[in-house]
Amino acid sequence: MVVMADASAPFRIRGETGDWEVVVGLEVHAQVTASKAKLFSGAATAFGAEPNTQVSLVDAAMPGMLPVPNRECIRQAVRTGMALEAKINRWSRFDRKNYFYADLPQGYQISQLYHPLVGEGEIEVLLDEKDEGSAKRIGIERIHVEQDAGKLMHDQHPTMSYVDLNRCGVALMEIVSRPDMRSPAEAGAYLRKLRAILRYVGSCDGNMEEGSMRADVNVSVRRPGAEFGTRTETKNVNSVRFVMAVVEHEAKRQVELLESGGKVTQETRLYDPDKNVTRSLRSKEDAHDYRYFPDPDLLPLELDDEFLEECRSSLPELPDAKRKRFEDQGITPYNAGVLTAEVETARWFDALLEAGAEPKQAANWVVAELFGALNRRGEAIDKSPVAPEQAAELLALVADGTISGTIAKQVFEIMLESGEGAAAIVEQRGLKQTSDTGAIDAEIDKVLEANADKVAEYKSGKQQLFGFFVGQTMKAMQGKANPQLVNERLRSKLG
Amino acid sequence: MSEITSKTIAELRAGLRAGEFSAREIAEAYNAAVAASKLLNAYTVETPEDALAAAEAADKARGQADLPSLAGIPLGIKDLFATRGVDTTAGSNILKGFKPPYESTVTANLRKAGAGMLGKLNMDEFAMGSSNETSAYGPVISPWRRKGSNVGLTPGGSSGGSAAAVAAEIAPGVTGTDTGGSIRQPAAFVGISGIKPTYGRCSRWGIVAFASSLDQAGPMAKTVRDCAILLEAMAGFDPKDSTSLDLPVPQWEKNLSSDLRGKRVGIPREYRIDGVPDDINALWDRGIEWLKDAGATPVEISLPHTKYALPTYYIIAPAEASSNLARYDGVRYGLRETGNDGLDGMYSATREAGFGAEVKRRVMIGTYVLSAGFYDAYFTKAQKVRTLIKQDFANAFKQCDVILTPTAPSAAFGIGETTDPLAMYLNDVFAVPASLAGLPAMSVPGGLDANGLPLGLHLIGNELDEQTVLDAGLAIEERAGFTARPEKWW
Repeated sequence: MVVMADASAPFRIRGETGDWEVVVGLEVHAQVTASKAKLFSGAATAFGAEPNTQVSLVDAAMPGMLPVPNRECIRQAVRTGMALEAKINRWSRFDRKNYFYADLPQGYQISQLYHPLVGEGEIEVLLDEKDEGSAKRIGIERIHVEQDAGKLMHDQHPTMSYVDLNRCGVALMEIVSRPDMRSPAEAGAYLRKLRAILRYVGSCDGNMEEGSMRADVNVSVRRPGAEFGTRTETKNVNSVRFVMAVVEHEAKRQVELLESGGKVTQETRLYDPDKNVTRSLRSKEDAHDYRYFPDPDLLPLELDDEFLEECRSSLPELPDAKRKRFEDQGITPYNAGVLTAEVETARWFDALLEAGAEPKQAANWVVAELFGALNRRGEAIDKSPVAPEQAAELLALVADGTISGTIAKQVFEIMLESGEGAAAIVEQRGLKQTSDTGAIDAEIDKVLEANADKVAEYKSGKQQLFGFFVGQTMKAMQGKANPQLVNERLRSKLG
Repeated sequence: MSEITSKTIAELRAGLRAGEFSAREIAEAYNAAVAASKLLNAYTVETPEDALAAAEAADKARGQADLPSLAGIPLGIKDLFATRGVDTTAGSNILKGFKPPYESTVTANLRKAGAGMLGKLNMDEFAMGSSNETSAYGPVISPWRRKGSNVGLTPGGSSGGSAAAVAAEIAPGVTGTDTGGSIRQPAAFVGISGIKPTYGRCSRWGIVAFASSLDQAGPMAKTVRDCAILLEAMAGFDPKDSTSLDLPVPQWEKNLSSDLRGKRVGIPREYRIDGVPDDINALWDRGIEWLKDAGATPVEISLPHTKYALPTYYIIAPAEASSNLARYDGVRYGLRETGNDGLDGMYSATREAGFGAEVKRRVMIGTYVLSAGFYDAYFTKAQKVRTLIKQDFANAFKQCDVILTPTAPSAAFGIGETTDPLAMYLNDVFAVPASLAGLPAMSVPGGLDANGLPLGLHLIGNELDEQTVLDAGLAIEERAGFTARPEKWW
């Protein structure tokens, strides 16, 4: 069996009996990290705290304790919905999802089944950053708000399990997509874009390693264009790469099963990243009957105009809008895509523009020079040793001809190391570009004299040696000569 | 000291302020009475030191102009209320020995008003019962007996210990909770007053939950005035309970008036049901006369969905309970039976050993009515009927200001006499509709039946109109002249 990976063609799994199409829907659980407190209690939510140090009486479901909704969590979920152009339900309600497990002290999870906070929306993803024609819209079915559960620890005691309730009651947004994705790449692009939007909005830090974002991956296969097949749900997948691997693996597994005369059973599966396989957790027959019903401890959520207006007006410029603005400013689509993919990059770049940098030049410089330097140094852009204002100063020196692009690279290196300003560096080290034709002529004469043989070759037709003379002259002048003048003078001297 | 225990809270308050006795004397009188009441099995825990400490504070503060309303008044607290550091078990083995590190809002409010605690009061397990027989501590024995009989009677339930304590004068006033009649039916059985306020008046924070959409705390005491005093101290907005009403607490006591001129009393025709003893219907008629005498006009009203109230209640309450009681799993507190089959085994062993038969029955019913395939037929339908019942009352209160009915369809019955759960559920047939509608309702004693047992009259008010309920209660109290007290045998 071959998986076709040609980006321009629809993704197909080529089976023994023909081609198959994969259908993917994602349920993404995103923690509302913007709220430092839990959904229904005041307990803190910091990652990595000692077990059971962030547990209130409510989280531990002590007798007589009651949940009270945290306004900030609701606000962040509404803002997220707005960012996904989704319908905000002014009236929503919490339901109890009942099941027994040791990490669930209440014996139920407070969630929203019947009346979620956010209804339909959509996300546009680009399958190829360089090609705007590769855009695809992925539908969002709903976003509801719910509590996270605690965590069992099985390695603390030979016969018993321990429970850590720190995560118990943490606010999650469950963002449910339509089954609109048709390849691992689409699933990956959707998840990356969703993560970017969440991070722009600020509702969720998108930190998949720390579990603040994870996905349940629904996969089915069918003959292209046929009815949906039976789907499986692979739970708690915690990276973009793993989500793509799950889609690919599950699709192949299902095709093999179907082609060997078997049937896909509706079931919950788990992904093992070490072996890159999914395995069955429980089938539909063993599925819990969650006995959802409206939580009688909570009143319905009713959102008023003032609240909604604040949510909307506090939204930042989102990736798509920002990207379009950058393109309108003359930045290439590719650079605009790169500069808006991560909120920190976008913020840094916006600050650079605000400090007066010319957009197109600035974009090229950030993508080529700054990214290169940060990569080399292993630093994130929001921790960049060169601030946007400093970079703007450097770019201004290039733009007005004070220094050449070559010297600019040198100055930038010094800035990275010393933290000094570009103008000061140029001044102190005498790196200003010179347009003194007398000095340039003198150096050219020396170069031509020292390379008489090459001059002869050049004159006999080896035109490509011109660059060599330019290089030698620039080198002799430590790069400070105005390159245009050097060219000009060389041409006239070589005749 | 028996003089002190026969006084009402209003009288104790006045006597304390007038210097007739000290708060310490009050506390000691009650502590002694409590200690001598073991045969009633009303208290599950006695806390005499708590009552004394509050008394000491009250005696120190005596003479101050702003002495809080319940300064020096010791109260009995139903075991459903979390009391810091004191056993709080909801009458269940599954919480045996559980001492919460927190205090319920209602009891904290009472303490703020100066009250001390005599102890925790026995109750039906998780407030599920109408006779106090489902308690893990065994039944409370009513201080009342039938004329010429030694048969032990129930004080009703679920606030059975609370009711018995007031009737036996081993507490001047107590807290109760009412989910479907648990304050009113026991108050009627033992000849005292008890009011369930509008849903949301009293915070549910720190009260062990039975059915969240129905549970309400309320006071039980000798008189209507005492109920008003206690309720004022108990009620109030609590940001820790989302269903708590963000409204000021009215001055119910100050505004008490038995002058009912201009008030219309609704008499619901659907409450005339078969099988209710003549004594009770006769008392109901007397109640109408008393309210007329107080200036009110009786009007016949219709509450057409009344007959569906009990079945509706017995779907909604168990459904919520099945979920509310899921937290008693042996993992974090209370009883743990490890069993021998992993986590599921621990759950079953713990809940098998920890819950009594009635609690198990209701958890099963509740689980069933919420299950896939049955949810719409039972739970959704019950929610719809509940809306219709609320609508019935809304319509009725266009024609009247307060509704009068009997509290319970019988007088107190003997312990062990009612074994059929459905017959037991019928006890709350008059009480449950007001619970489903979240309305304030009260039971006041009206008289004795042929066996010499107390009977109660039931007043249901419009939303937030506890005042009219209390006023009508006072009018009945003044006219019924109910002074009977059980003969001490314990």
